[in-house]
Amino acid sequence: MPYTKRRRLVTSAVAVALGASTLAACGSSDDGGDARSGPVSLTYWTWTPGMDKVVDLWNKGPGKEQQITVTVKKQASGDTLVTKILTAHKAGQAPDLVQAEYQALPTLVSNDALADISGEVDDVKGKFADGVWQQTTLGTDAVYAVPQDIGPMMFYYREDLFEQYGLEVPATWEEFARTARELKKAAPDKDLTTFSANDSGLFAGLAQQAGARWWTTEGEKWKVGIDDEATRKVADFWGGLVEEGAIDNQPMYTPAWNKALNTGKQIAWVSAVWAPGTLTTAAPDTKGKWAMAPLPQWSGSENRTGSWGGSSTAVTTDSENREAAAKFAEWLNTDADALGALAKEGGIYPASTSAQLSGAFAEPPEFFANQPDFYTKAADIAKTTAPSAWGPNVNVAYTSFKDAFGAAAKNKSDFSAALGTMQKETVADLEKQGFEVAR
Amino acid sequence: MTGTTARRGALRAPYFFLLPATALFLLFFALPIGYAVYLSFRKVEVSGLGLGAGAREEVWAGFQNYTDALGDSELLDGALRVLGYGCLVVPVMLGLALLFALMLDSDRVRFTPVTRLAIFLPYAIPGVVAALLWGFLYLPDVSPFHFALDRLGLPQPDLLDGGPLYFALANIAVWGGTGFNMIVIYTSLRAIPAEVYEAAKLDGASPLQIALRIKIPMVAPSLVLTFFFSIIATLQVFSEPTTLKPLTNSVSTTWSPLMKVYQDAFGKGDIHSAAAQAAIIALVTLVLSFGFLRAANRRNKQEAAR
Repeated sequence: MPYTKRRRLVTSAVAVALGASTLAACGSSDDGGDARSGPVSLTYWTWTPGMDKVVDLWNKGPGKEQQITVTVKKQASGDTLVTKILTAHKAGQAPDLVQAEYQALPTLVSNDALADISGEVDDVKGKFADGVWQQTTLGTDAVYAVPQDIGPMMFYYREDLFEQYGLEVPATWEEFARTARELKKAAPDKDLTTFSANDSGLFAGLAQQAGARWWTTEGEKWKVGIDDEATRKVADFWGGLVEEGAIDNQPMYTPAWNKALNTGKQIAWVSAVWAPGTLTTAAPDTKGKWAMAPLPQWSGSENRTGSWGGSSTAVTTDSENREAAAKFAEWLNTDADALGALAKEGGIYPASTSAQLSGAFAEPPEFFANQPDFYTKAADIAKTTAPSAWGPNVNVAYTSFKDAFGAAAKNKSDFSAALGTMQKETVADLEKQGFEVAR
Repeated sequence: MTGTTARRGALRAPYFFLLPATALFLLFFALPIGYAVYLSFRKVEVSGLGLGAGAREEVWAGFQNYTDALGDSELLDGALRVLGYGCLVVPVMLGLALLFALMLDSDRVRFTPVTRLAIFLPYAIPGVVAALLWGFLYLPDVSPFHFALDRLGLPQPDLLDGGPLYFALANIAVWGGTGFNMIVIYTSLRAIPAEVYEAAKLDGASPLQIALRIKIPMVAPSLVLTFFFSIIATLQVFSEPTTLKPLTNSVSTTWSPLMKVYQDAFGKGDIHSAAAQAAIIALVTLVLSFGFLRAANRRNKQEAAR
């Protein structure tokens, strides 16, 4: 941080030397006045495919009127981009706009990389579900991002094979376990699904559904609840299934996993709304044979889901045109045309509730042509998303999950011990950084 | 007058010629290393909830990052894993390289250029590509080997788990590295003057005796060099386990020491402890490799004195 300040100081000193007019122009745009002089050009780091086409709509339409041009720089997704943003921010060189997953927002905010844009975008709050919007405020009065897409979790299964083996779609996790065992009895070489330790988002979403709140604050202290009752319930459930051999324990996204899905060796997948895209590439031969259902529940009376994935558009503190950047972020995630193009080009599922039932989502995904009400159902499920609670070192917890649960899944050993490791490492990291942690 | 200028010019000339190399060395070698060492003595301190501006401050950490790294069992475990891996890779790879070089050098082998190229070729394949290629061959459900073993009714070992994992990783390194080491040894074999062999043949030495008594002792310096390179490469193993990691639960994100450095720097965002660990690894590498070189040199001198 001292570097940035020093650099700014040098920049302004140079500006003074060059003439007061430049400085005045800078100042007015920073203050958020309407008297912005001259055109503005913004850089946007995103990993959404086809984003350049969506941005073209802006640059030719509203952007042209307001003289705000946005340039897309394609990036790698997820954690890699967080690291890159933080590194760029240390040098004072972060782009004006970035795409960030919800769980990365506290990390970015705690490094002072994201600007508070509450003044610019507060009026769009109503376009999003409360649980989604709350993730961009971190429970404060500030607003650090505009929600873009969400990933409500669902249960995907092979309709034809469920029928063949006489299985019923599980409504509760208890039934899910029974289904896994019944399948093992009927076809010992098949698995209902696998417990994969290589994507922490899945486990986080499952815990969220069970009511876990991994990071909360108590005054000026953070409280880590990874090892709480709700999460332990989830860990023990999956650990039990792996231990008894009712489901597989190999990671997802490997060639072996693709083959298992494509040949019907694995006949179900706990995933999120974006699953059709993944299945299209992983299991091309099974087109039209899958169906989607709500996630199994912990009790028959509940109706909740977790979220896996989803991201937002944020303005960085390095941006000299925060107001213009916030305008673009608002347009991108609330304008009907923009969201339609995002759905078509980028295949995203929008966070904006009105867009979830718009024309772009009238038809089911091509891979799920057999389920015409796919998106109506999805929108209903999205409404039941449980609130999430992210903290400033989600990356540490996620890494710890991969190693601890990877080893536990491999050895078919106690998952609650792995959960304990995850809790311990997350707390230790917070304390090492100097955060105060409530016990 | 011209004489003095010329002499002064001649005195300055070496420095002038040294300038580009020195500048490059300072800019791209000494400076980054110095910066990494500087970072390793710093740490970030957070106040309160750590949200918003001014919540993070970089302060001096003294030797804390170093003591933390040395006390971290995961780093030591990683070093032990790499040691086990190295005990497989280095002897097998250098043994094969020497064997191939001697075979290529013998008079009886035909198609030498083609064979040499064939053995060298895997070295030209990028490490990540090689690891992916082998990873797919190891994965039971997609591997043609497993398919063949299954058809023949033979047991199919899981190469991505437990002990076999070390063999699987070592195999990738051996496959990729043998060619390069072979070329180094082969080149120094070709440099041995023909008279030496002639003299040996006149004395009635068999090809095997020539290989054992003449060729191997004479290429000993190359063997030392390849051993030196192999130790460094082993200590720095990163791309193979990183590439195999998504395919199996058995490779953790901190499997090798360098993976731990990477994970701490870019997974956890803690560049300061990562810098300290990197400094320790560099130091250990330096001590081990130069220690080996000195030991090898001392033996050579002793033999020369005899």
